[in-house]
Amino acid sequence: MFNRLTPFNVTALAFGYAFLYLPIVILVIFSFNESRLVTVWAGFSTKWYVSLFDNTKIMDGAWTTLRIAFISSTLALVFGTLAGLALARFTQFRGRTLFSGMVAAPLVMPEVITGLSMLLLFVALDWTRGIGTITIAHTTFAMAYVAVVVQSRLVTFDRSIEEAALDLGATPAKTFFVITLPIIAPALVAGWLLSFTLSLDDLVIASFTSGPGATTLPMEIYSMVRLGVTPEINAVSTILVGIVTVGVLIASVLQKRAALQRIADERLAQASE
Amino acid sequence: MNTGKRPVAAYVDRQASTPPGGRLESVHRAMMAYRVYRWFALIGDKFGISGQTLVIAIPFIWLLLFFLAPFLIVLKISFAEPLTAIPPYSQLWQWDGETLAIHLNLYNYIFLGEDDLYWRAYLSSIRIAGISALLTLLVGYPLAYAMARAPASWRPTLVMLVILPFWTSFLIRVYAWIGILKPEGLLNLLLSWLGLIDQPLTILNTNTAVYIGIVYSYLPFMVLPLYANLEKMDLSLLEAAADLGCRPIKAFWLVTVPLSVPGIIGGLLLVFIPAVGEFVIPDLLGGSETLMIGKTLWSEFFNNRDWPLSSAVTVILLGILLVPIVYFQRQQAKAAERA
Repeated sequence: MFNRLTPFNVTALAFGYAFLYLPIVILVIFSFNESRLVTVWAGFSTKWYVSLFDNTKIMDGAWTTLRIAFISSTLALVFGTLAGLALARFTQFRGRTLFSGMVAAPLVMPEVITGLSMLLLFVALDWTRGIGTITIAHTTFAMAYVAVVVQSRLVTFDRSIEEAALDLGATPAKTFFVITLPIIAPALVAGWLLSFTLSLDDLVIASFTSGPGATTLPMEIYSMVRLGVTPEINAVSTILVGIVTVGVLIASVLQKRAALQRIADERLAQASE
Repeated sequence: MNTGKRPVAAYVDRQASTPPGGRLESVHRAMMAYRVYRWFALIGDKFGISGQTLVIAIPFIWLLLFFLAPFLIVLKISFAEPLTAIPPYSQLWQWDGETLAIHLNLYNYIFLGEDDLYWRAYLSSIRIAGISALLTLLVGYPLAYAMARAPASWRPTLVMLVILPFWTSFLIRVYAWIGILKPEGLLNLLLSWLGLIDQPLTILNTNTAVYIGIVYSYLPFMVLPLYANLEKMDLSLLEAAADLGCRPIKAFWLVTVPLSVPGIIGGLLLVFIPAVGEFVIPDLLGGSETLMIGKTLWSEFFNNRDWPLSSAVTVILLGILLVPIVYFQRQQAKAAERA
């Protein structure tokens, strides 16, 4: 009797989602504006997208950003999965408190702190700053997100399936790769995508840890925004929003299919009893 | 009662007997990953390291090196003197074969205490982040509540719709508000068209714009923990309250709100802690009156190139945030244990 759509609830949902989405929708609409002014509609045009592809700075920045995001999210997936596994399955080891603290802290740490401290480490180690150092910095904060996603998936995991494999003689490592990994795969996909977008998005940490010649897309966009609002920024934003939306939709469809497949499998298994 | 393990064993069995393209493919992929792992395990065995140690050690060492060590270096450099050299700070100790000379320069901290710009920036950041966190709660609670009480089949979609903006670029979402809030922007156009104002309101480049920016950008961080909490609430408690003659609004304040306190605290911390050090929002939406430590730190570092002073600013900021961060981490650990 309490799960129903009261007028209050409908209003709350409508206002909440309007607040979340209207600014983005407006941004997308004005990327197709003929006029240079971002607020006055002067007819439909795609010229800002065309000029975007002629803008070598933007294109170079996009390419740099994509490479960093791809490598750092893949590394973050590996390290984050290991960290999540360690936290979910090994309840007692030396330094566990420190370890779980280091995994949780990057989630809330202000970016300026992470950025500055990373930079000072790279300077102290005398490493050349550039794409490599940005990738390391992104891996470090993204792996915390992956660890949290994996850990929360593993604690709700039906361990009797793993026990069955162990009973049948598989080693713990083999059980993990053959049984656990395929089942938590949707969580891993989500973790990878999250790391990818976090890296794609980051301005502050990249600004601190980058060196000459390594300018990422957010850094380019930021310097454009400092100069003024232009439909070109709206156009590049629209493309980014589009890519992310498509990616998330694909991930959620995959996840849904995996869930349906699992239910079907379980039914079949029950039927073959 | 043979419902325990047998269907599971059948499930495992089925995985191996499904024709290619289905389950078998994923098993093949898993086996490939397993072979890669075996490689590492073999190397580990050579050095007498077990698989479990490897699982813990790899992320542990990475985090020690790239997360903890940097803070120690920040602490060290905060006691150095700025130099016009590469790197632009003095060394803390020097060893010439006989004497060890240690230079601990406390001037950065003394300067931070004396120059009221810095402690005003700290206080103002805490105030802006605190007010924004409360405003985010005010906006986020009704949304999370309505999501949790929506029909069960809608909920995954509703959650997805809250997460989706979080996936799109932070910078872009802040940028979107410039076009809305500026004097000739859409909000002023709308308000004057409605006849509510004669003169355009100045919102952009004020603290109000910073509040709007933080509430907007951090809303998912507030809604998701609240939703997770409200969704698993035992509704029979509300039924009991209603049976005993409690009106729904009163039951909301006496039952729902107290039970959602963990979600409220989690959401407030997730907004407050990063917002204290926020740079992009005060930089793009704030004005000259907006004093926030993240911005001060940025200009100290990039414009004045005073690395030791920026390090001292960071050390104190970290000191301020240490209590809420440790508290947040405890809450996380407790929640993980309960689940």
